[in-house]
Amino acid sequence: MNNRIALTTIVIREVLRFSRIWLQTLLPPMVVTSLYFIIFGNLIGPRIGQMDGFGYNEFIMPGLVMMAVITNSYSNVVSSFYSSKFHRNIEEMLVSPTPNYIILLGYTLGGVVRGLMVGVLVTAVALFFTELRIEHPWVTVIIVSLTAMLFSLGGFINALFAKSFDDISIVPTFVLTPLTYLGGVFYSIDMLSPFWRQMSLGNPILYMVNGFRYGMLGVSDIGIAAAIGLIMVMVVVAFGVALQLMERGVGIRS
Amino acid sequence: MTRALSIRNLQKVYRNDFQALKGIDLDVEQGDFLALLGPNGAGKSTTIGIINSLVSKTAGSVEVFGMDIELQPAQAKSCIGLVPQEFNFNIFEPLEEIIINQAGYYGIPRREACERAGIVLKRLGLWDKRRGSARELSGGMKRRLMIARALVHQPKLLILDEPTAGVDIEIRRSMWAFLAELNHNGTTIILTTHYLEEAESLCDKVVIINNGQIVEYGQLSELVGKLDVETFILNIREPLEETPVVGGCAVRLIDQHTLEVAISRQRSINALFERLSALGIHVLSMRNKTNRLEELFLRLVSGSE
Repeated sequence: MNNRIALTTIVIREVLRFSRIWLQTLLPPMVVTSLYFIIFGNLIGPRIGQMDGFGYNEFIMPGLVMMAVITNSYSNVVSSFYSSKFHRNIEEMLVSPTPNYIILLGYTLGGVVRGLMVGVLVTAVALFFTELRIEHPWVTVIIVSLTAMLFSLGGFINALFAKSFDDISIVPTFVLTPLTYLGGVFYSIDMLSPFWRQMSLGNPILYMVNGFRYGMLGVSDIGIAAAIGLIMVMVVVAFGVALQLMERGVGIRS
Repeated sequence: MTRALSIRNLQKVYRNDFQALKGIDLDVEQGDFLALLGPNGAGKSTTIGIINSLVSKTAGSVEVFGMDIELQPAQAKSCIGLVPQEFNFNIFEPLEEIIINQAGYYGIPRREACERAGIVLKRLGLWDKRRGSARELSGGMKRRLMIARALVHQPKLLILDEPTAGVDIEIRRSMWAFLAELNHNGTTIILTTHYLEEAESLCDKVVIINNGQIVEYGQLSELVGKLDVETFILNIREPLEETPVVGGCAVRLIDQHTLEVAISRQRSINALFERLSALGIHVLSMRNKTNRLEELFLRLVSGSE
């Protein structure tokens, strides 16, 4: 059994899937990001002034890109895998010799590709509003890739447990969106009172947004090594949990 | 020779405590064409689900061509092709892509997968539709698509769960011919169906499962030979008002021109006709009330034997 072929098959199928429906998958984040730049960057931003030594448009750009990457990598996997469960075409893979870890990796990489593709498109949109700076290219690439991977895995776990289409929108709406908005996309946590600053440090998305901002602008509210280390640990744990759930047949075998 | 399938003490208890399988033992030899029969809820689909790793077993073991499905899952799965009862493909994907992807899950390189997809799509009469999405297909075409998908990795054991359900008679008969040819070329086939005529036409062995247990298993010819009584429907020329008495047979008047006669297989049908002639009853035509397998099936699952 050639696992590389199986993996490539799943990734290509996933990329073709979201590419075919680009109006639903690739275009909306570009429109939303444009609106953020117009409203927060151009209309409200000048009244806010500089943040961490950067214009407001420049400051929020890494956060907006990261926000698009997070939501798209998550929603790609959760909707694709849950649809496969719902239409039962997940059985095509389950009856085949493809091992569980390849199925998991395939869906995850599909989510990563969509996340990164959306990240590039959103960055292109951002260029209409601000200049592109990448102070630490490797940090930028590592942080964005790991983040896309982490949220793809999160989407996969969500899809395993989901029993209805409602179940795949609960986490993005009530967990992901609040954590993202409170993860330092639009502000520096130095602006917060000590209590809320401390609370914010418990939000993992803060580390991703700040890590990415460090890669692009060279400034961050937290240590970059801690950010990368934390995301890596979370990726490993999420992969382990997802694989264990699959091995136990949770959500996929009766 | 290694058995195509060997099941030992297979048990399944679902989370709601329903015991779907109560310890099944079953051997399928290479080259067999086996009918797996049973009423709804008997445990057929659970058995097939376990063989294909879609359902977790509670106890017991399953070996496919000598390979345990838990200890050597990849090798065991490579030998099986499954045609499930319900449509389970992505209806938005083009047919060709569905088949090529399935080959990819079995580790077949893309170029070879494309060639094989062409062969199975042509063989199942779907070549012209290959670029269209699966949702555009008729019910019969969707069934054939699932057969094409199950064959792309050239399995040694093909399992079909009610493959002709809802398919018109013409397509059903062409599927029968196709399956018979596959079996003739060496593929072991397990077929579940509610059309017992289908099972009797195609299969050489039969296993009947009821309430999670195997109630009969053997060569089709041996099993139908166990029937001690056969029931016929006779169309008669002159109308009858009362049920005639025919010694040695159970007779029932269905309507004025139709008699149902149950006759022991030990007795000659000639004797029946002689007695009817003596009573002035002229038979225009006769047919079996049910086919032989159906009669056996109904007896076994109703617990009358």
